[in-house]
Amino acid sequence: MATVEQPPVVTKPEQPVKTNGRWIAYARLLQMRMLELQREPEVIFWVFVFPLLLALGLGIAFREKPADVTPVAVVQGPKAQQLFDLIQRSPQHAAIQVEVLSAPAALDGFRLGKYALVVTMDDFGVHYRYDPARPESVLARTQVDDALQAAAGRRNPISTETKSSSEPGARYIDFLIPGLLGMNLMNSGMWGIGFALVEMRQRKLLKRFVATPMRRSDFLLALVSSRLVLMLIEVALLLLFGVLVFHVRVEGSLAAILLIGALGAISFGGVGLLTASRAQKIESVSGLINLVMMPMWIFSGVFFSYERFPKMALPAIRALPLTALNDALRSIILQGASLHSQLGRIAVLAIWGGVSFVLALRWFRWS
Amino acid sequence: MAVAIQCRGLRKTYEGKVEAVRGIDLTINMGECFGLLGPNGAGKTTTIEILEGLLEPTSGQVEVLGRSWQSSAGDLREWLGISLQETRLSEKLTVRETLQLFSSFYHHPGSVDAVLEELSLQEKADAWVGKLSGGQKQRLAVATALVANPKILFLDEPTTGLDPQSRRQLWDIVRQFQQRNGTVLLTTHYMDEAERLCDRIAIIDHGQIIAEGTPPELIERLTGHHVVEFALSDGNATNGHNWSKLPGVQSVRTEDGLFSLQVQEPHETIPALLAELQKQRAQLVHLTTRQASLEDVFVQLTGRHLRED
Repeated sequence: MATVEQPPVVTKPEQPVKTNGRWIAYARLLQMRMLELQREPEVIFWVFVFPLLLALGLGIAFREKPADVTPVAVVQGPKAQQLFDLIQRSPQHAAIQVEVLSAPAALDGFRLGKYALVVTMDDFGVHYRYDPARPESVLARTQVDDALQAAAGRRNPISTETKSSSEPGARYIDFLIPGLLGMNLMNSGMWGIGFALVEMRQRKLLKRFVATPMRRSDFLLALVSSRLVLMLIEVALLLLFGVLVFHVRVEGSLAAILLIGALGAISFGGVGLLTASRAQKIESVSGLINLVMMPMWIFSGVFFSYERFPKMALPAIRALPLTALNDALRSIILQGASLHSQLGRIAVLAIWGGVSFVLALRWFRWS
Repeated sequence: MAVAIQCRGLRKTYEGKVEAVRGIDLTINMGECFGLLGPNGAGKTTTIEILEGLLEPTSGQVEVLGRSWQSSAGDLREWLGISLQETRLSEKLTVRETLQLFSSFYHHPGSVDAVLEELSLQEKADAWVGKLSGGQKQRLAVATALVANPKILFLDEPTTGLDPQSRRQLWDIVRQFQQRNGTVLLTTHYMDEAERLCDRIAIIDHGQIIAEGTPPELIERLTGHHVVEFALSDGNATNGHNWSKLPGVQSVRTEDGLFSLQVQEPHETIPALLAELQKQRAQLVHLTTRQASLEDVFVQLTGRHLRED
């Protein structure tokens, strides 16, 4: 081939050469991930608002109610006033609400459930009309009878004392908040990492990324880091909510709670990564994620204590990562346990996270 | 002339069954725009993805800029700009954010603003990717490759599904890159794109190269320069006639009653054709002559059209 003069080269005005540092890609990946999450309203709802609503709903449903007042009808008659005074004088008067009415009105009210008991007093004594099939009616009869006897001067042969237990630290909401925290970390870790990865794989975005010099470890690290940032917000929000609304007392150190939270987020990030390491379709990974989470929803003691399951199953239940996370969070938040005392549970979380991370990297499909 | 990409004996068999690529040899020079032209499923994407280091060939050697993927993947990734077929970029990031992200992956990236300007995306810089039109999305895909400040640009079907104006815009972008001494490898199933944009072309069918050269060379080598097409009022009456005996005719094709003669010199063939038709008392309803195209080359080589849709 004859040597030809090179055509004149059209160059753009020289730009100063920009050089990227080692961690620029990681920082950008994390920044863009956070921007994407922030622009996804449903993420905000499921990660932040939903757990609060759940805590609020369950907290209200199981709140300690003021002692029930028993509605009682007293039938009008010559001795009605005496009966009324006796009840008002009794030590139980605060728990009994008395109305004086005509016999038909009292019976009508009783039939409709407005009154638990109808009391009549005549020269022969006191007559109760109650329904043995209605627990509150049975209770009312005993209660009113006790009140009348006591007011009339009966002495109890044994002195007894009762203490009600509804102090912060022992209520259902105290049990619930750490469980919700653990469940939320599992949910958001599994969905936030597993689902996001498969979506990016399906869009061929992962393949596009590995066609650049991007370090794969930077990418995965940024994804896990984004979970940690969200974890901080989740833990802070839910704890603050518990403290402000339900007066939950946080006994343990905040640093210990955050450390366990971070370990939980990373551990479930690893499990999420493994779950999503091969799946090509959103539909298949959704099924897989639910399959992995289902046993933990049931067994790991989110809403009720797993001690109710047969003893034989307990070691297996305690080996689940969510059980370890919930137990550790409960011990630290409710009992002020030290990190040191939680080493076993920390090990369970670390093993789940570590093993699934290693397996995920081996099986991971970028395209 | 320095070689940008070279491959020898490239083969790729999927799952031990489908042979997508069956022995491809290519040499692409620095500064060249090279096109892989072929119908869907011909093995173009498999070939380009092997050259991009995204797929392992079953056998064969690949050298890009004098390096192999096994030994220098890290360097090569810095030097190549790649646009895949159908990547859907994150919809909730803006155009600028997307380019900032991609530029962060490279050691010495190009300037985001310069790329935005070059691809006429400044006005959309702060729009979410999900709100872009098809042509804008495709330009952004090319922009993510250009922001690498690459030596070689790989484009897999860059204009598929685009309107004519968006296609011309992309062609301009490729030419600008080439003018800055860039090397381009692209795949396409549009023969006009290959003809206008590429310095050299390899036509691929069933995983093999069936012809290679500059567009004029291919047209000249494989067909006459010109095509004479005609149709008769009674389509089949003269089907039996051997039109290839007319002066200057190199080959004859019949399709739906339309005769296509590939000829060297239309002014020799046409008078003879008209005389022959008069002799047979056949009535001409359609007669055109045109320059032969790559489409004719493909049809001649395979008996099929490039796009069967």
